[in-house]
Amino acid sequence: MDFQEIVQRVVEEVKKNMNSLKTETDQNKEEIIYFPEERIEGVEKPHNAASIEWAQSITPARIGIGRTGTRMLTTSYLQFLIDHAAAQDAVLKDVSDDFLQHMDLHKLETKASDMKTYLMDLDAGRKLSDESIKYLEKSGDKGKNVQIIVCDGLSSSAVEANVVDLLPALIQGLKLKNISVAKPFFIKRGRVWVQDEVAALVNCDLVISLIGERPGLNTDESLSAYMIYRPTEKTVEADRTVISNIHKDGLTSVEAGAYLSDLIEQMLLAKCSGVTFAQQRS
Amino acid sequence: MMKLSCVVKGTHYTFSSVREVLAKASEAKSGDVMARVAAESSLERMAAKVVLSEMKLEEIYENPVIPYEIDEVTRLIYDDISDTIYKDIKSWTVGELRNYILSSDTGTDQLLKLSRGLTSEMISAVAKLMSSIDLVLASQKMKYQAHCNTTIGEPGRLAFRCQPNHPNDVPEGILYSIKEGLSYGAGDAVIGINPNVDTIESVKKLLTLSHEFIEKWQIPTQNCVLAHITTQMEALKQGAPIALMFQSLAGTQKGNEAFGISKKILDEGYEMMARYGTSAGPNFMYFETGQGSEVSLNADFGVDMQTLESRSYGFARHWKPFMVNTVSGFIGPETLYDGRQLIRADLEDGFMGKLHGLPMGIAPTYTNHMDADQNDQEVAGIITAVAGANFYMGVPGGDDVMLNYQDTSYHDDASLREILGLRPLREFEKWMENMGLMENGKLTKRAGDLSIFD
Repeated sequence: MDFQEIVQRVVEEVKKNMNSLKTETDQNKEEIIYFPEERIEGVEKPHNAASIEWAQSITPARIGIGRTGTRMLTTSYLQFLIDHAAAQDAVLKDVSDDFLQHMDLHKLETKASDMKTYLMDLDAGRKLSDESIKYLEKSGDKGKNVQIIVCDGLSSSAVEANVVDLLPALIQGLKLKNISVAKPFFIKRGRVWVQDEVAALVNCDLVISLIGERPGLNTDESLSAYMIYRPTEKTVEADRTVISNIHKDGLTSVEAGAYLSDLIEQMLLAKCSGVTFAQQRS
Repeated sequence: MMKLSCVVKGTHYTFSSVREVLAKASEAKSGDVMARVAAESSLERMAAKVVLSEMKLEEIYENPVIPYEIDEVTRLIYDDISDTIYKDIKSWTVGELRNYILSSDTGTDQLLKLSRGLTSEMISAVAKLMSSIDLVLASQKMKYQAHCNTTIGEPGRLAFRCQPNHPNDVPEGILYSIKEGLSYGAGDAVIGINPNVDTIESVKKLLTLSHEFIEKWQIPTQNCVLAHITTQMEALKQGAPIALMFQSLAGTQKGNEAFGISKKILDEGYEMMARYGTSAGPNFMYFETGQGSEVSLNADFGVDMQTLESRSYGFARHWKPFMVNTVSGFIGPETLYDGRQLIRADLEDGFMGKLHGLPMGIAPTYTNHMDADQNDQEVAGIITAVAGANFYMGVPGGDDVMLNYQDTSYHDDASLREILGLRPLREFEKWMENMGLMENGKLTKRAGDLSIFD
């Protein structure tokens, strides 16, 4: 068989396969697989099935899923891999401009000019770009008690899912306590420590970052709030207070708004944050 | 006179310090690249390994990567080693140290003695001259026991921490995850809860919950809530039941300051546990470490991640911990880029911890923004279990729904025991047999069902 002949045969074979594939899809239109997203109740002959059902309803942890030998059942294993794939993809998404416009959040940037730099170089995401520094110097809302920053962090979904309710609830909570609030803004590809630079530029007492956490398998919508009272050059990680797991199955965004405004009021009174604040509280 | 230069394949390489040689001799890792201390080419890395192999232990001793005067981690490491043993070996080169460790004439006893004469930098150095099989073989020779309520580290046994976290600290949800874990045989190392809210009230509640459950079912284990040590100390002062006290450690004083801790605080915590803790002891502490924390906190002083990790073991051993858990892959791709770097870090850490005489466990983990997956994690689990790790974590379905990362699952735990023919800790195995969960070291049909506690 010469080369031409082989190519010819392969081409014909491919055509044939594609045709048969097409008819198959047409015929099987009603047989699309909708893979279950909910945990299965996989325990074989459970002592108390109702109790497993109840357990699954009060924790998102992967329990009550059963086993084959010492391994996960096929469905649970594939669900786990699907959730991992979704979480990996979530990291690469951006907060949309429409969203920022809707929330009236001006967009600032860090020195991380692309995703790779952002992921691989922490310092790049901890410093504002020169242009953003200039913006804050000129137009920042200076000398207020509290500056709120919204950051994409590692999950834009977390920002879009929570900030709509959280931001107004937080601002309202603070204003009711007669705490002055600077106009919030958004920082793209921002890490937590960028808040120190912001605090210095706008001269606020306390800065709070609402930042997307790294996506987990259970949710890519989890947001954290990092707060620090008057950060300086000597600031260490333990000086920050963090409230994490703000999402619909954790601390809901409305609850978080009320909780955070109480916490901030106490920190402003105590004039500190982090471990020092926690110790004073006790 | 210290030799800091060499010729490799016709190129002349010169290094300026022990610290630089250590950093450049490291296997490639993204965190060292980020800190700008990594070798710039593969041959430069080899040149550094050559220089390191000829370096005398005395030269490392005389040049700690961070000076004694300015860093309490360095001070504790130096103050705790045996001068007599050090003097016997100080003229060895790092290459000779490797040969000694791997020799068939060198066994557990010799290595335990050796460990008391080594600084953490020496231990880091020798690991840089070792391959995966080297690290596994050497690690297998060292298995250290500790006792809190159970005995961890006995030959033929592998323990697990039951890690029943809940995103909102809902007590009943945590309790169900504990039940599920125990029914798979995870929880003999500790029932250890990471609280989402690090307040004294919340921590006290979780300590009481886990303690009462352990009492009710007479489970031979220990409870722990992984809050900041000062929060645990305050809870203990207020009468909360703690069997094991937790803290994360770093390899520099500055790193520890970022964690809000110091030698003084750890001393106080340890003394409080001896006086007010609920457990038998004499090992009351549970520490976590992991390559990359210092560089993430700008507290690395231009020292490579692996050497800093080794130093955190040198710091940890002062308090005779029950468990030291190295968590690799928890931070992100800026410190460990992919599965290969993760597996390497796990092997290095297991070996380095053991050469410090510590009862080591491994948490081979991955986050969703790094280039690693479940396959990498399972390989890391198997290979470090072969190397003789004392324990792993146990997370429902491998998915920590509070901390948002993946760790070894209840299923993986049971599988590791099965693959390697290992048993739960002695007292805990008896408890499992009494509960009808295990027979002859195998899970029964009842195992894996949280509702058996109804």
